[in-house]
Amino acid sequence: MKRTHVYEATHLAAGYENQMIIEDVSLTIPSHQISIIIGANGCGKSTLLKTMARLIKPLAGQITLNGTPIQKIPPKPFAKILGLLPQSPIVPEGITVVDLIGRGRFPHHTFWKGWTTEDDEAVAEAMEIMGVTEFAHRSIDELSGGQRQRVWIAMALAQQTDILFLDEPTTYLDITYQIEILDRLTDLNKKYGTTIVMVLHDINLSARYADHLFALHKGKLVAEGAPSEVITSSLIQQIFDLQCIVVEDPIAKSPAIVPIGKYHQVDSAR
Amino acid sequence: MYLFFGVFALLLVLFGLSIVTSIFLGARTMEWTDVWNSLWHADSTSLEASIVQHRVTRTLFSLMCGAALGISGAFMQSVTRNPIADPSILGVNTGAALFVVAGIAFFHIQSAEQFIWLAIAGAILSALFVFGIGSMGSGGATPLKLVLAGAATSAILSSLVVAIMIPRTNVMDQFRFWQVGSVGVGSWESIRLFLPFLIVGILIAFLVAPALNALALGDDVATSLGVRVGTVRFVAALGGVLLCGVTTALAGPIGFIGLLAPHLIRLLLGSDLRYVIPLSALSGAIILTLSDVIGRIIGSPSELEVGIVTAFVGAPILILITMKVKMRDG
Repeated sequence: MKRTHVYEATHLAAGYENQMIIEDVSLTIPSHQISIIIGANGCGKSTLLKTMARLIKPLAGQITLNGTPIQKIPPKPFAKILGLLPQSPIVPEGITVVDLIGRGRFPHHTFWKGWTTEDDEAVAEAMEIMGVTEFAHRSIDELSGGQRQRVWIAMALAQQTDILFLDEPTTYLDITYQIEILDRLTDLNKKYGTTIVMVLHDINLSARYADHLFALHKGKLVAEGAPSEVITSSLIQQIFDLQCIVVEDPIAKSPAIVPIGKYHQVDSAR
Repeated sequence: MYLFFGVFALLLVLFGLSIVTSIFLGARTMEWTDVWNSLWHADSTSLEASIVQHRVTRTLFSLMCGAALGISGAFMQSVTRNPIADPSILGVNTGAALFVVAGIAFFHIQSAEQFIWLAIAGAILSALFVFGIGSMGSGGATPLKLVLAGAATSAILSSLVVAIMIPRTNVMDQFRFWQVGSVGVGSWESIRLFLPFLIVGILIAFLVAPALNALALGDDVATSLGVRVGTVRFVAALGGVLLCGVTTALAGPIGFIGLLAPHLIRLLLGSDLRYVIPLSALSGAIILTLSDVIGRIIGSPSELEVGIVTAFVGAPILILITMKVKMRDG
C-alpha cells in the first residue's frame, strides 16, 4: 500500500517569462484518490500539473510535501515519491518496451548499486498492471498508439511513486483505449492506493473516473470537490462558455453533460 | 545481454585485427620476425625496427584518438538529442582550430602542450557560444536550434580561420595539419599529453550514462525521474568538448568518427547508453585505426591522411543516416 502524503499548494502563481498562467491557486491533493483537473484549452491545466511536479519554478507561492517546501527536497528522493508522465515524451530510436520501462527505475539507482532483482520485479509488475508483458521485447515503433501509451504509463509505474501525475494520458486515443487506460489507472488506485492526479479533456469521463475534480478557469481554481457537487450547468457555462444540461450517466451514476448548440436547443426538441 | 557480449567479442576481435594490421601493413609490409625482433630488442637500430617502433606509437595514438572521438560523438548526440550531432557539426572543431591558428599567427605558439589548452579553450568557447545562441528565445536549447547555431557559428569561425591564414603563408603550411587530421604525427609525447584527458572523459561517461538514458526520454521525463537536467547536460557537453578539443590539438580535425562509431553500436545494440558509450569508444578506435591502415596502403609509397579516408567512408554514411532520420520523422 502506498504511503499517505500531505501535498499542498498555497497561493501558487506560475507561468513562463512574465506571462502569468496560474494565479493564486491554493489546493491540497487528496491522498489515495484520483483527482482530475478540468478546464478549457489554455486555462493552465498542464502548467498547474507541471508546476506541482516541479518541472516549472513557481513565480510566487509555495508547494509543500508533508510540510517541507519541495525545492528543498533533492531530486532523487522526490522522484521516489512523485512521478509525472508528460504529454509528449520522446521515444529513443529502436528502444524495446522492457528497456524503456526499465528507465523508470532511475531514481532507485545509485552510482555503486547497479541493476538488481528489485528492479526486475518492479518492471515486471508495471508491465503486468498496464497489460504490456506480451510486448516486452518488441520495439516501441511497432506498437499502436494505445499500446504505446500503456508502455509509457508502465514506465512511470516502474518508478514506484506514491503519487502519479499524468498530463492528458488519453489524448489522441480511440474511445476504447481511453476507457482501457482509465480502467487500468483505477485498478492501480484501488489495488495500491496510488494517489493519481491527471489532466483530462473529456468532462464526462472526468466525472466518471474522478473522486475529486479541480475546475480551472483562466488560471484560477474556480471549483473543487466530488464530481456530483462540482459539475453544474452554471460551472460549465463559466469555464467552457457552453450551455448544457447536466444529466445522470446511466452507467456510472455520475453527472454527465449534454451540450446545447445553435441547432439543438432545449425547446426545439421535437 | 547475450547480444551485448556477442558484439563485445566481435569488437575485441576487430580491435586485435586493427592493431596487427596497423603494425604489419603500410607502405612497407613487415615480416613476423622483423616485428618480433624490434619489439623485444628495443636497442635494435635497423630500418625495420624504427618503422615498427613508429607504427606501434602511431597505432596506440590512433586507438586513443578514435576512442576519444567515439565517446565525444556519443555525448554530443545525447546532449543535443540529435542523431547527426558530431563535434564538427556543432562548430566545436572549428573553434578549436581557430584558436590554434590564431595562437600560431599572433603569439608564435609552437608546442603541443600549448596547442592543447588553446584548442580546449577554443572548443569550450565555441560550444558556449553555440549553446548561448541556441538557448535564445522560447523553449531553451532545442536540438534543432543547437544544430542551426552550430552550423552558423562553424561558418563564421572557418571564415575567420581563412582570414588569418591567407596573408600568412607560413601559417598556411603549418595549418595544413589542422585542415586534415592525421595520426601519423602521434608520438610518445602526444600519448602522454592525451592520456589524462581520455581517462577523465571515460570517468565522466561512466558517471552520466544512466542520467543520459533518462534524458533521452525528454527533459520533462528526465526531471520527473530525478535527473538534474542542467547539470548532466553541462557535464556531458564538457566531456565531449574536452575530448574532441584535445584530439583536434594533437591530431588535427578528424571528422565522422564521432558520428559513425555511436551509430554503428546503436544499430547493433539499441539505445542504452551504458553500452553505447563504452562500445563507441572501442568501435571508434577500430574504425580510425583501420582507416589509417587503408590510407597508408592506398597512399603508398607516401600516405593518405586519415582525415581524408574517414571523410570518404563517412560522407556516404552520413547521407544514409540523414535519409533514415528524415523518413522516421516525417
